[in-house]
Amino acid sequence: MRKVNQKGWLFVLPVLLLVAFNALVPMMTVVNYSVQETFGNNQFFWHGLGWFEQILRSERFHAALGRQFLFTAMILAIEVLLGVIIALSMPRKGFWVPFCLVTMALPMLIPWNVVGAMWNIFTLPDIGLLGYVMNHTLGIPYNMTQDPLAAWITVIVMDVWHWTSLVVLLCYAGLVSIPDAYYQAAKIDGASNWSVFRFIQLPKMKQVLTIAVLLRFMDSFNIYTEPFVLTGGGPGNSTTLLSIDLVKIALGQFDLGPAAAMSLIYFAITLFVSWLFYTLMTRHDVK
Amino acid sequence: MAKITLDKLRHSYMPDPKGPQDYAIKEINLDWQDGGAYALLGPSGCGKSTLLNIISGLLQPSEGRILFDGNDVSALPPDRRNIAQVFQFPVIYDTMTVYDNLAFPLRNRGVDEAKVTARVTEIAEMLEVTEMLRVRAANLSPDNKQKISMGRGLVRDDVNVIMFDEPLTVIDPHLKWKLRSKLKELHQKVGVTMIYVTHDQTEALTFADQVVVMQDGEVVQIGTPVDLFERPAHTFVGHFIGSPGMNVLPAEVKDGAAFFSGQRIALEGAIIPGAGLHQIGVRPEFVSLAATGVPATVRKIMDLGRHAVVEALAGETRINAIVEGTLPGPGEAVHLSFRPDQTRLYRDGWIASEKERAA
Amino acid sequence: MKKRSIVVIAYIAFLLLPIYWLVAMSFKTTQEILGGFSLFPQVWTLESYRTIFTDPTWYWGYVNSILYVTINTVISVAVALPAAYAFSRYRFLGDKHLFFWLLTNRMAPAAVFALPFFQLYSAIGLFDTHIAVALAHCLFNIPLAVWILEGFMGGVPKELDETAFVDGYSFPRFFTQVFLPTIKAGVGVAAFFCFMFSWVELLLAKTLTAVYAKPIAATMTRTASSAGYELGLLAAAGTLTIIPGAIVIWFVRNYIAKGFALGRV
Repeated sequence: MRKVNQKGWLFVLPVLLLVAFNALVPMMTVVNYSVQETFGNNQFFWHGLGWFEQILRSERFHAALGRQFLFTAMILAIEVLLGVIIALSMPRKGFWVPFCLVTMALPMLIPWNVVGAMWNIFTLPDIGLLGYVMNHTLGIPYNMTQDPLAAWITVIVMDVWHWTSLVVLLCYAGLVSIPDAYYQAAKIDGASNWSVFRFIQLPKMKQVLTIAVLLRFMDSFNIYTEPFVLTGGGPGNSTTLLSIDLVKIALGQFDLGPAAAMSLIYFAITLFVSWLFYTLMTRHDVK
Repeated sequence: MAKITLDKLRHSYMPDPKGPQDYAIKEINLDWQDGGAYALLGPSGCGKSTLLNIISGLLQPSEGRILFDGNDVSALPPDRRNIAQVFQFPVIYDTMTVYDNLAFPLRNRGVDEAKVTARVTEIAEMLEVTEMLRVRAANLSPDNKQKISMGRGLVRDDVNVIMFDEPLTVIDPHLKWKLRSKLKELHQKVGVTMIYVTHDQTEALTFADQVVVMQDGEVVQIGTPVDLFERPAHTFVGHFIGSPGMNVLPAEVKDGAAFFSGQRIALEGAIIPGAGLHQIGVRPEFVSLAATGVPATVRKIMDLGRHAVVEALAGETRINAIVEGTLPGPGEAVHLSFRPDQTRLYRDGWIASEKERAA
Repeated sequence: MKKRSIVVIAYIAFLLLPIYWLVAMSFKTTQEILGGFSLFPQVWTLESYRTIFTDPTWYWGYVNSILYVTINTVISVAVALPAAYAFSRYRFLGDKHLFFWLLTNRMAPAAVFALPFFQLYSAIGLFDTHIAVALAHCLFNIPLAVWILEGFMGGVPKELDETAFVDGYSFPRFFTQVFLPTIKAGVGVAAFFCFMFSWVELLLAKTLTAVYAKPIAATMTRTASSAGYELGLLAAAGTLTIIPGAIVIWFVRNYIAKGFALGRV
């Protein structure tokens, strides 16, 4: 057991100060704005919960929120499934392992706007590799800047490209920690491949999958830069996710009140869903 | 249940083995009798786990065949050989209950549920885990986990052999003894062939009827615990079994007699003619302090209560003797005498003196 | 066996294709890019790279990025170490709540903080400095570093601490000479993650800088919009942003698998 020692606070103090400085002060600012109305000239008037009401009723917010949930649900489903399959297919030892790991981690280390720019170049209709192959080799009309469906699919594929490796690496870490004896015992017990997956590999991956789902949820729910650079939220508003909408309101239109109220609602939703995921996924471990 | 035959078995982990040094298993021919309790004893890295994995089918041997009751099973996968194996670390399926763990091998083979229940209940009783059947296996203690992995082997009534790969490594010392006697008891009750791999001589000697001693990928001796102790066929066996191990002295052979530092040493019988590096082997139990014999100086005395181990130096050679009664002091000059019928000649490691026929 | 390697190979090919296209584009001339489709550069040119390495607004972007990323990594790991030690070894009032609160900051959308950060750092006179970006990135990197380090420290038996104290080590000496070497893999992994998330983040970095500390990523977007669409230059700049990450990842390749599991497998 850990010792009770209030000295712990001393150790945590620097972290506490730094994070509090970064989190609390801006959060206060946001709360402050969210309950006030401004007509410029740095004059502010009490507005109560008016902005919250306005945001919660606005169709624009509902649409962005809906797109956000759809996006997150889709990439979670694809990335988790694909990640597990790829992790299971990875070699466990040998020369290729470090090569696979390094290549797979590479997309995650590319600045997010470069990811967006890279996919933009990749998908240009006539001079991008994907765009050219789609339009000219396969004969499938594809132009992301005009076709909302194409834009959606591209944003999803880009996120899959960018982040599936996170799930792969996490699951892989779980898989390599299974001793050989488990596989040997299963062979001797006559277990099918499915049983090996269901009773040996999946239980071992469960913990890391929880981390993977949580991280992917948080990050995909907060995603901004990549789709913004790729599509700018368009065509129309078709790929305007929550963050993009928020930045449009806050920095584009400088509507500080509504933006602040939306920030708080947004943050609250992220927190709530993260908590929900965490509770649901760890429920069985408690008993 | 079956008799297991290993026929000219060789295995190398290298794709293209050049010489004997590249082989983890150097030609083994061996019969395991049906229903026997065997121990496979040897130091770490001697090839015993490799041999075990070849028998179970987890590993394909480079050369040679494995026969179960005369049928060649070399090409069969583990699940079709009807064997069971218990590993060093308890392997259990964490998410299942103890009951489901025990039922797993049967269900995988499509045994009907009524029979599964009957077998699991029976085996659980034998292992004394009946009251744990509904518990999630992840919550068990290591010794109980190991019992469950044994149980998964025992639950099938068609197993040819159960193999144990150092199964007591992670078990607390005071539970080791209990689990080992449980194992012995199960062997007598079920009568299935068991092969027990270990590097611990006590475990091997107490469990097995027959002990197979391996070194460097070779079987050096097969015999009952008494055989191994009394007449080691190889200096390695003499050294590895017994505490302290057999004394091995450099020897010269002239005119059909053996000499150690110029003194003639009486042996158990005639020397088998041949040439090579000669050594004399005698266990400390059969070395005594006497008025005449090999002169030596006492270096160290370890008093173990009932007896003492006296370590003496004869020239450059260290000789242990187990002595009861009055002890010499360190530095004292003594004479050591060897009991002739327990003193043997070894040539290049292998025994080279004949056992005197009982008159 | 075969089927499995096909899955992995196909996935890696999928990962490498867009990167390949970016790199190929960076070696093409502008005419070739705009002139039509070509799988390989017909005429290899280093023109785009020459522009980047000779124009201060370009190469200073790299220097700026590397500067604030390094500062952030050092700060994050340095303050996270004692905190992670406290969380893994001591129980103190409110420890669990504090740990959870720290993690919630990892969940905060950067977009939420963009505007208040701008005002906060302007108010204290740090706007457009490296330290401002480094401090701002602490918001999500410190919680992550604490989380990773706590995971690694939890794997070190407490007997190590006790033995050291019995042997007469003072706390600072124990921490730096005994404990740190034991968890150096964890420190490496934590530093790697801090580097990674600070390097790839743009929204806050862009909001908090204007001229002097402008990150390379921001230089790219601004150039792209102002000086027309110079795809070759953009591709070359993008290619160069991949290199630091690739170098860093090469150093931690043996810990990647464990590191991504945050030391908790």
